[in-house]
Amino acid sequence: MASYNYTPADFKSDQEVRWCPGCGDHAILNAVQRALPEIADATDTPHNLFTFISGIGCSSRFIYYMKTFGFHTIHGRANAVATGVKTANPRLSVWVATGDGDSLAIGGNHFIHAIRRNVNLNVILFNNEIYGLTKGQYSPTSKLGKITKTSPYGTVEKPFTPGELVIGAKGTFFARSIDAEVNLTKECLVEAAKHQGMSVTECLQNCVIFNDKTHAAFAADKATRAEHTITLRHGQKMTFGANNEKGLVFENMKLKVVTIGEDGYTLDQVLTHDAHEKDTTLHTMLAAMKYPDYPVALGVIRCVEDDTVYDQAVERQVEEVKAKSKIHSVDDLLRSGETWEVE
Amino acid sequence: MDKTNVQELQDVVIRFSGDSGDGMQLTGTLFSDTSALFGNGISTFPDYPAEIRAPQGTVAGVSGFQVHFGDHRELNPGDYCDVLVAMNPAALKANRKWLKKGATVIIDGDSLTEEHIRKAGFTTLDPIAELGLEEYNVVVPDITTMTKEALASTGLDNKAIVKCKNMFALGICFYIYNRPEDHARKYLDGKFAKKNPAVAEANKMAIDAGYNYAANTHQFANTYTVAPAKLEKGTYRSISGNVATAWGLCAAAEKANLPLFCGSYPITPATVILEELAKRRDLGVKTVQAEDEIAGICTAIGAAYAGNFAVTTTSGPGLSLKSEALGLAVMTELPLVVVDVQRGGPSTGLPTKTEQSDLAQALYGRNGECPVIVVAASAPSDCFHYAFEAGRLALEHMTPVVLLTDGFIANGSEPWRIPSMKDYPAINPPIVNEAPEGGFMPYVRNEKLARGWAFPGKAGLQHRIGGLEKDAVKGTISHDAANHQLMVRNRAAKVAKVADYIPVQEVYGDREGDLLVVGWGGTRGHLQNAVDELRSEGHKVSLCHFNYINPLPRGVREIFAGFRKIVVCELNEGQFANYLRAHLQEFAYEQYNKCEGQPFTVVELKQKFESLLK
Repeated sequence: MASYNYTPADFKSDQEVRWCPGCGDHAILNAVQRALPEIADATDTPHNLFTFISGIGCSSRFIYYMKTFGFHTIHGRANAVATGVKTANPRLSVWVATGDGDSLAIGGNHFIHAIRRNVNLNVILFNNEIYGLTKGQYSPTSKLGKITKTSPYGTVEKPFTPGELVIGAKGTFFARSIDAEVNLTKECLVEAAKHQGMSVTECLQNCVIFNDKTHAAFAADKATRAEHTITLRHGQKMTFGANNEKGLVFENMKLKVVTIGEDGYTLDQVLTHDAHEKDTTLHTMLAAMKYPDYPVALGVIRCVEDDTVYDQAVERQVEEVKAKSKIHSVDDLLRSGETWEVE
Repeated sequence: MDKTNVQELQDVVIRFSGDSGDGMQLTGTLFSDTSALFGNGISTFPDYPAEIRAPQGTVAGVSGFQVHFGDHRELNPGDYCDVLVAMNPAALKANRKWLKKGATVIIDGDSLTEEHIRKAGFTTLDPIAELGLEEYNVVVPDITTMTKEALASTGLDNKAIVKCKNMFALGICFYIYNRPEDHARKYLDGKFAKKNPAVAEANKMAIDAGYNYAANTHQFANTYTVAPAKLEKGTYRSISGNVATAWGLCAAAEKANLPLFCGSYPITPATVILEELAKRRDLGVKTVQAEDEIAGICTAIGAAYAGNFAVTTTSGPGLSLKSEALGLAVMTELPLVVVDVQRGGPSTGLPTKTEQSDLAQALYGRNGECPVIVVAASAPSDCFHYAFEAGRLALEHMTPVVLLTDGFIANGSEPWRIPSMKDYPAINPPIVNEAPEGGFMPYVRNEKLARGWAFPGKAGLQHRIGGLEKDAVKGTISHDAANHQLMVRNRAAKVAKVADYIPVQEVYGDREGDLLVVGWGGTRGHLQNAVDELRSEGHKVSLCHFNYINPLPRGVREIFAGFRKIVVCELNEGQFANYLRAHLQEFAYEQYNKCEGQPFTVVELKQKFESLLK
């Protein structure tokens, strides 16, 4: 483990943070700036290798507040630009700050293909279920029936669950946190950074102006979160509740919430979280759990190592072909194949 | 074989045509490569339908390959052909209009069945009479039957044998023009010998059979030779425009000492550039076949930001999709080459046909005041040079460059004297390695007005850029009115300043005269040929052909002033003419335009020029 001795202040730029007072983004920025010193040490990454890429939207202003290399791109394209950055230079630690509109609507295609390729990026997906920067239109994660400026009678389209999309696209890492849970966010981001391959960390974020309390039913305060969310940790039992009295069991091909000691359920029957399981079935079910039927799953839901990391594979191929080829320069190339002399 | 009646010709045009599954592209390529290796000047023109296997036997499904070879450098594939090889009645019908008076027509007699004739849309059962070919030298060998007979001993099935009939036709042409067979034989061995030696052998036997048939029949009493061209001394190869483009990009990367990155999405007729670059892992080239055109340019922009020489390759509709991201590259002042191999438009248009109608899109097709450098190549082989130039200008001036080629020069090929990379200049991008005193300011400019390029990973140079308007020095977000005005002008001035770093405009012919022919890009071969012919007839005609479009080179005004009339010729409805009207308003411009999906013909150009000279 390296020891760079960075502090959060080393990652704060001199730019005034211009999100609305009370916006969940402040807490996420805080978590990232606190996570990076630990990530630098854990992954042996010096400060100059951290690069943040964003698209468009409130969350995408993120990069201006980081004292790292940063590129504020165009709407929806952050994952595509980041794919280019990482493929060009796999030694960089490349982070994407993006939102539910940016990555799941206009940039949905780039999002799923970056996941499919397993580019070694770390995506922080700010999910506030609304378009904030354009002042309050519904997004692809807005709940069915949501009333917004562009759905005055309620939406008639079903939302995406980002975790299902990530795992469905053969994602190798998916974690979820809540803006207010700074320590959990930090914990997820450290794991995301250590993961080889693309990581997506969804931060359930509150837009205090246009979609206030959208996650409040399960995330409003510590007591509510204890009852209505479950924090998953690899190797640990899937229990939750103020006194860890509730648990998840697998019954009739479905997940079921039980109270330990009631109806004959014991702690032994409660599932143990295996984030490293390659099979996607259970991870998908955990990611899909919705309040009030289930607790909302937080923490690292899926973390599977896979040796097909795109940027590394491209680099490997370059080295292999270089070693075998007779063409080492453009002069060699121009003279390859059939040529003839004119005297 | 004893050949008594051998005549020497200066140049010949052959058009091979058949169903799109008949292997006409291969037949044409083998003939043209054979001629190139023999030392002839050549120029080729593949003309094929958009469908991979268009309806068999129909005129829509005809695939053609025209080769022009001569004892001098050939500037274009020729308007009309001396020999038409037609593998079926549809090919005959589709190409009737491209026959020179008295041309030789070779049509497979076995294909002249009622079914095929009807399918081709003839109203009678005598296509030769119906097309008025009585005055032509029409030869009707039963190519399919003779191929079957010759290959009966190979043990191949009927289908595999019939597939060799294109090689029989090639053998006939080899005999008529006294071509050596060794290149074609070597190619067939290379292609089939490992996987299927029987097929290689059968194809070679078919060439022999065609050759022997031609030698024994009296229908080819005369044979011809075309002497090698008197070309500049050196090592030559045959090259197509798309491959030359890919290699020119590799050359720019090498001279800039940067890795080459290509983010692209397959699109006709540009795909070969991506395919060629994908092979070049040996030169450290990284290609990303992106999920769409937008991701193609966006991955390239990311790679440019990270310090690679980044390119994206496409054709017209793809350029439309890339517009917004191209604006981002303008705003962030990152080096990027966008290659647009133009095809017939708008929309899907004519994917396999040529046109020059993306000029306005390249110049203006973005939101905001968004200037980019625009460069155009004018022949298959000079795609190498202009791809290199596009790279040099992008990297040294820190701006996107659009390189325009077109389907005609991209697919066409010609012999090329191989350059030596030591004759190409080093490319020096303004890379920043250390922060100056007071910290790195991303938008401080050098003498070219280019900003410094500091890649992620360089310690002490951490900075933020993006699509929002930037402070003219610090690069931080600025909504200041005066700053925006300044930045709009800075971006324009940077591109305008490129005129100091490109060659002064040249004129072909005299600097004064009655008519100045103006063209740009891929029409050069036809325009020069037409101008040459008129000049040899004593007319005072010159050619001013443009490769640098934005900014225009210095010296144009002085050239234009020397002529009584100016005619701007382009394969669109007048986009360059209008551009010139905006920039050089004091001149009157005549126009010659064509949007038929085909290159100009020298004949039509001469007619137009003659009428203007009256």
